[in-house]
Amino acid sequence: MSEPQITLYRLQACPFCERVVRTLDELDLPYRSRYVEPMHSERNVVKRVSGARSVPAIVDRETGVTMSESANIVEYLNGTYGEGGA
Amino acid sequence: MVEFDVVSLPETDHVAEGDTAPDFTRPLVNDEYWEDRALADVVDGPTLLLFHPMDGAFQGTYLYNTVDDHGWSDDVDVLGVSISTPYAHKRLLADRGDGVRIFSDPGADVIEEYGLAHDVDGMTGITESRPAVLLLDADRTVEHAWVASEHPEFPDGEAIDDAVAGLVD
Repeated sequence: MSEPQITLYRLQACPFCERVVRTLDELDLPYRSRYVEPMHSERNVVKRVSGARSVPAIVDRETGVTMSESANIVEYLNGTYGEGGA
Repeated sequence: MVEFDVVSLPETDHVAEGDTAPDFTRPLVNDEYWEDRALADVVDGPTLLLFHPMDGAFQGTYLYNTVDDHGWSDDVDVLGVSISTPYAHKRLLADRGDGVRIFSDPGADVIEEYGLAHDVDGMTGITESRPAVLLLDADRTVEHAWVASEHPEFPDGEAIDDAVAGLVD
């Protein structure tokens, strides 16, 4: 089994995170799902990979892209993996 | 010496030395995040698989103090399993269990499959794990197994030291 190239950092029941999950599912993209703590101060792993503690955040090893903010992520995923994408 | 009033636990057909530890997938919690992981994917060398009662019970506290005192996570991968939630595991790992990761098995299905289920009197609806220590090699063969037969009972740290040394050397 090959490792998914995309890792999603998420918070349980976070609507913005679910929005990214919907897009990943629509595009049939496999991903690793990593849950972090609600407490902002306890999200050092997210800060380390993305530079900020906000979720959702994704790391795409296929393209080398790391990104926060659900609107940006959805746009990136659709643009990269959607129909008419690169 | 304080006298414990120990309760004997019934015989159980648990995973034993020579068996292959059954594979399972559950959220695996480290000190930063959790994600679904399969045991078969996580085990890639000598691994201590520790089943313990729910986080907060003194048996788990003692167990992880013992893990830290003996420094087992320096020599082998140390993985815990309990019925507690990922949030509880994260709190536990903030205080002890340096380098340890813990699977969350709230439905106790993995615990049942390993033959370790324990219905604790006075906590209706909760299936617990009896304490157990399984030392696995890289292909999940059980090289050393200890399973509590009394309540409470604690593993012999020196016996585990010897088993770890035997597998790592």
